[in-house]
Amino acid sequence: MTDYQVVRRPNTLLRNLNSKIASIPMILTALVVFVGGTVWTVFYSFTNSKLLPRSVFVGFDQYERLWASERWIVSIQNLAIYGFFALIFSFVVGFVLAAFMDQKIRFESVFRTIFLYPFALSFIVTGLVWQWLLNPDFGVQHVVRSLGWTGFTFDPLYTQSIVIYGVLIAALWQGTGLVMVLMLAGLRGIDEDIWKASRVDGIPMVKTYLLIIIPMMRPVFITTLVIVASGIVKVYDLVVAQTSGGPGIASEVPAKYVYDYMFQAQNLGQGFAASTMMLITISIIIIPWAYLEFGGKKRG
Amino acid sequence: MADQATLNTVAAAADASRGSLSGPRGNRPRPLFSTRNIVLYGTLTLAAIYYLVPLYVMVVTSLKSMPEIRMGNIFSPPVEITFEPWVKAWAQACTGLNCDGLSRGFGNSIRITIPSVIISILIASINGYALANWRFKGMETFFTVLVIGAFIPYQVMIYPIVIVLREIGIYGTLSGLIVVHTIFGMPILTLLFRNYFASLPEELFKAARVDGAGFWNIYFRIMLPMSLPIFVVAMIIQITGIWNDFLFGVVFTRPEYYPMTVQLNNIVNSVQGVKEYNVNMAATILTGLVPLIVYFVSGKLFVRGIAAGAVKG
Repeated sequence: MTDYQVVRRPNTLLRNLNSKIASIPMILTALVVFVGGTVWTVFYSFTNSKLLPRSVFVGFDQYERLWASERWIVSIQNLAIYGFFALIFSFVVGFVLAAFMDQKIRFESVFRTIFLYPFALSFIVTGLVWQWLLNPDFGVQHVVRSLGWTGFTFDPLYTQSIVIYGVLIAALWQGTGLVMVLMLAGLRGIDEDIWKASRVDGIPMVKTYLLIIIPMMRPVFITTLVIVASGIVKVYDLVVAQTSGGPGIASEVPAKYVYDYMFQAQNLGQGFAASTMMLITISIIIIPWAYLEFGGKKRG
Repeated sequence: MADQATLNTVAAAADASRGSLSGPRGNRPRPLFSTRNIVLYGTLTLAAIYYLVPLYVMVVTSLKSMPEIRMGNIFSPPVEITFEPWVKAWAQACTGLNCDGLSRGFGNSIRITIPSVIISILIASINGYALANWRFKGMETFFTVLVIGAFIPYQVMIYPIVIVLREIGIYGTLSGLIVVHTIFGMPILTLLFRNYFASLPEELFKAARVDGAGFWNIYFRIMLPMSLPIFVVAMIIQITGIWNDFLFGVVFTRPEYYPMTVQLNNIVNSVQGVKEYNVNMAATILTGLVPLIVYFVSGKLFVRGIAAGAVKG
C-alpha cells in the first residue's frame, strides 16, 4: 500500500536522491566541460576574437586564414607523417614483441618491465633524453664519427627535412611498450585450443598468426588503434621539449599551433579554428568506433 | 623461419596441457641453444638494450663533468664520478626567472599531485559506485558522453575552462590546476570504478540494503574497504599522469607555481648561458624519478592500470 503511494508521488526527482547528488560532478564534467566547452570553442571559431573572445562573426575567415598559413600546412603534414609511421611501427614492433613474449619464455616479467618503463616517463623527459642522444656534436653522430666513419651524418634534429623523424624515434621509444602490453593481453585471451587445432592441421606458426590469431584479435586492435591514434593527434609536449617546433617551423604540430595562437600570439580566433580542426580529425577516428562500441551494445 | 622448431614448441605446449591427465608434467625438455631460442632471446635482448640505452646515457652523462663530456663519447662510463650536476640541478639551475633549481618545481608538483589524486579518486569512485549500483534514468547517457569526451583534444576545452576559472578567481593558482586535473581524470577513473563495482557480487549490495544501509553507508563501510586494489590502480594512473602533465601546468598556473615538468623544460631549453648537459640530464632524471619509482614498485598493478584504459565501457 505504501509502495503504491510512493509510486504515485508526483516528485520523482527526489527518488534515488543521493545517487543524483553523487553524480553531479560527472554530469557537470560531461555537459558543462566536455559538451559546453566544445560547443563554445567551435562557436567562437567563427568570430574575429583576438585578445579576448568577441562575438563578431566573420564566417569562415579564420579557417581560410588557417589553411593559408604555411605553419599550419607544415603542422598538418608533420602530423600525417608522424601519425602514419607511429601507427605502423608501434603496431608492427608492438605485436612482434608481444608474440615473442607469448612463447612461454623465461624472464618474461623482466622483459616486460624493460619494454614498458619509458611509458611511465613524461613526454618532456622523453623529448629531452632524445634531444641529447641525437645531439650532433655529442650524440650518436659524434660517436659513430669518432669510431672512424668520419662522413657519417645522422642529424635529424637540426635538419628541416627529417626533423619529424627525430621526434618519431623518441615517440616510438616511449609508446611501443604500451602497444606491446595491450597486444600481449590480447594474445593471452586466445584459446589454447586454437593453437592445437592449427598444429593438427600443420599450419606454420607465422601463417597461424597472420591468418587466424590477428583476425581473432580484431577488438584488441581496434581499441589499441583508438588509444594510440587519439594520443597521436594530441602530440604536443614531446615536440616542445625535443625541438620547440624547430629548426624554423619544420617540426610544428597542430596542438602546438593552438597553444601558441591562444596564449602567446593572442590571436584566439586562430587558436579556436585550429582546435576545431583537431576536433574534426579526432571525430573521424572516434565516431565510427563509438558507433560500434555503444551502438552495437544496445542491439546485442 | 624454423617451422620445425615452432611446431615442436606447439607440440610441447600441447603435451604440457595433456600432461595434467597422465604421464610426466611440464614442458618437454628442449635444447638450450636451438635456432628458435637464439632468434627469440636474441631479438628480445636487442630490443631490451635499445630500450635501456637512453636511461643508461642519462645516468652516465649526469655523473660526468663538463670537460669529460666534451672530450669523450656519450656511451662511455664516467672516468671520475661527480655528483655536482645533481646538486646543481636540484638547487641552483636557472630558469629564465630564478636560480633555485628544480626543488621549487618538485615542491609544486607535490602540492599539485597529492590533492589532485585524492580528490579525483574520491569523486570518481563515488560516481562509479552510483553508476554501478544506484542507476537512475539518463545516467548512462551522461556516462557515455563522459567517456567519449575523454577523446576530445584538450586544446578544444582549454580556453572555456580558463574563462570559468578566471570568473571564479582561481585561474593561475594551484587550486585551479587541481580542479582541472580532477575534471580530466574523471572519464578514465569513473570507467575503472564503475567496471570494478559492477563486478562485485550483487547479493552483497542487496544484503546491505535489506539491513537498512543507505547510499553513503554502503559506500564507506562495504564498497570502500573491499576495493583497495582498485584504489591502488587508480592512484598509479593518477600519480604518473598528473606528475607527467605539462600542458595543464603551463596553461593553468603562474610561473611561481609551475610543476616540475614545466620547470625542467625551461631549465634545459633556456637559451641563455652555456649548456650544461650533465646538469640537464641530472634534472631530467630527477623529474622522471617519481613515476619511475611508482612504476617499478607497482609492477603488475601498473599494467592493470593501462589495461583499464583499454577495457570496453
